[in-house]
Amino acid sequence: MTAVRRLLTNWLPVYAALYIGFLYLPILLLPVFSFNTSAIPKFPLTGLTLKWYESLPNTPALLDAAWNSLVVGVAASIVSTMLGICAARAMTRYRFAGQRAVSGLIMAPLVLPEIIVAVSLLLVLLQLGLSLSLFTVVLGHVLICVPYSVTVLISGFEGFDRSLEEASADLGETAFGTFRRVTLPMVAPAIISSLLVSFTISLDEFIMAFFLTGTDPTLPVYIWGQLRFAAKLPGVLALGTLLLVGSFILLTFAEIMRRRATRRTQNAGGAFV
Amino acid sequence: MIEIAGVTRSYGAFKALDDTSLSIREGEFFSLLGPSGCGKTTLLRMIAGFDTPTSGSIAIDGQPMDGIAANRRPTNMVFQSYAIFPHLNVAQNVAYGLKRLRLDAGEEKRRVEEALAQVSLSGLGSRGATELSGGQRQRVALARALVMRPKVLLLDEPLSALDKKLREQMQVELRRLQQAVGITFVLVTHDQYEALAMSDRIAVMFGGRIAQVAAPKEIYQRPVNRQVADFLGGMNFVKAEIVEESGASIIVETHGFGRVKTDKPQAFVRNGKAATLGIRPERLRVLWDDATSSHQVTGKVVDRHYFGEITHLIVEVPGLEKPLSVSETNNFGADDIPVGAAIRLAYDPDALVAMAD
Repeated sequence: MTAVRRLLTNWLPVYAALYIGFLYLPILLLPVFSFNTSAIPKFPLTGLTLKWYESLPNTPALLDAAWNSLVVGVAASIVSTMLGICAARAMTRYRFAGQRAVSGLIMAPLVLPEIIVAVSLLLVLLQLGLSLSLFTVVLGHVLICVPYSVTVLISGFEGFDRSLEEASADLGETAFGTFRRVTLPMVAPAIISSLLVSFTISLDEFIMAFFLTGTDPTLPVYIWGQLRFAAKLPGVLALGTLLLVGSFILLTFAEIMRRRATRRTQNAGGAFV
Repeated sequence: MIEIAGVTRSYGAFKALDDTSLSIREGEFFSLLGPSGCGKTTLLRMIAGFDTPTSGSIAIDGQPMDGIAANRRPTNMVFQSYAIFPHLNVAQNVAYGLKRLRLDAGEEKRRVEEALAQVSLSGLGSRGATELSGGQRQRVALARALVMRPKVLLLDEPLSALDKKLREQMQVELRRLQQAVGITFVLVTHDQYEALAMSDRIAVMFGGRIAQVAAPKEIYQRPVNRQVADFLGGMNFVKAEIVEESGASIIVETHGFGRVKTDKPQAFVRNGKAATLGIRPERLRVLWDDATSSHQVTGKVVDRHYFGEITHLIVEVPGLEKPLSVSETNNFGADDIPVGAAIRLAYDPDALVAMAD
């Protein structure tokens, strides 16, 4: 027993380090090669340059794709957050028949094979006679984003003391005034967090976008298209680096907001904190 | 001030409040006392406007409250959880309701400071809501309600989250505050000592109905039935038989206490000849040495419980089906009486109360 334990204490940190290296080192290679002068991503590095970044704004197709992604991301994050608010409020405030089943079904897209969902959605949309466009991509992204929105919003809404809203009414405030002065400020950080998380997910999402977009590619679809041309690879690496950094910043900010929301609602309840 | 007329609140087949009528006077400290689920909170929430009677009506200051929402009633409430807005500081919490009145800035500030002074929180206006102790949160909740100058202040178990020492201190302060501002206070509590210590009058409730409404002393000394007597503290119950009943008094025959004439309680409903005679444990007094009393019983100590300043003696009296519980202060040595000792107990016949059940 002690031998096993000693083995574990000695080798567990090594295993953990290897594991984390395996996860993140490849991602770190992306920015490294994006600053390299050579168009071929291999060691040794040949020199430092910003030319791949400088060429990005001069590619109209890329700018179009970025704009498409922005539109889809904003639309998907707003719709999924609104749906998430309804679901999270229902699940934290009320007890109803089938609650567990409903909450399970909302979370299911997280684990369903995305390609299957994308193909099914494609079939349904075509059957409905809808032509593929950014609108259909938004529909697919909402489906993917809602579970994340609901998770973030539930953690913000949980512990929201109902008597806060009653206290506001008791002090003379109308229903709308109560929403504006109490409910919204309390849950605003959770809502912002949900918007950022859904936007980031939509921005990076490929499979849904690939199947459901018509002639307008989103950024990931554009990147996939560029990979066929070796000469375009450094530009893709530069673009990928920008996406990576942007996502990281957005998600960090989202998590800060989520924690602030949790702290707010949790402090509201008990007398002793 | 508050007229509650035949109010019922049903949830399906369950009646949280059953045909309750009550009249609360202007400027009094009124308590709704009862175990959890007796309907006291339901009644309070209906006065506040958070709940609607299934039938019956409520009027405040002569105005019927039917269809009037909580935000338009002349009442303010101190919530059990205090419901302090966590995203606002103390002064902003207190000023929350004033914002709608659109006072000029100086007047608003003056009223906030006045309210904070009333609850001894002067100078803490800029403190964040989450940096307060339990007692301070309670004071903020009070100030936030009082600053609105309501006709009625409603308090929903305001002291239940505080520890014992703070609770006793706040009882005194609440009472003092009520006398200073002179507005009607309606308190909901399950703590009989709290109700006795603070109230002008108490309504004791069980199962959605009011059992008795009276001043604390009357409720404690002259409970209308065994349930009320029991809820307000220990009481010895002795089987009695009604011998004679007249307008104001009643004569009962008991073992142990013999033939006793007592005041007839209000709402005494005779149920055959059987009745119960009650006496509080502290109204029985140990007779030392050869002291005598014209009203005394003799018995034997079978058990005793020491509580510091008092001792509870359990005394078996021949003829009584249950031993008497006696609460005696320890300054004469009640804590030294051994189990098995024969003792005599004196009582004041006025301390005996006849109950119909």
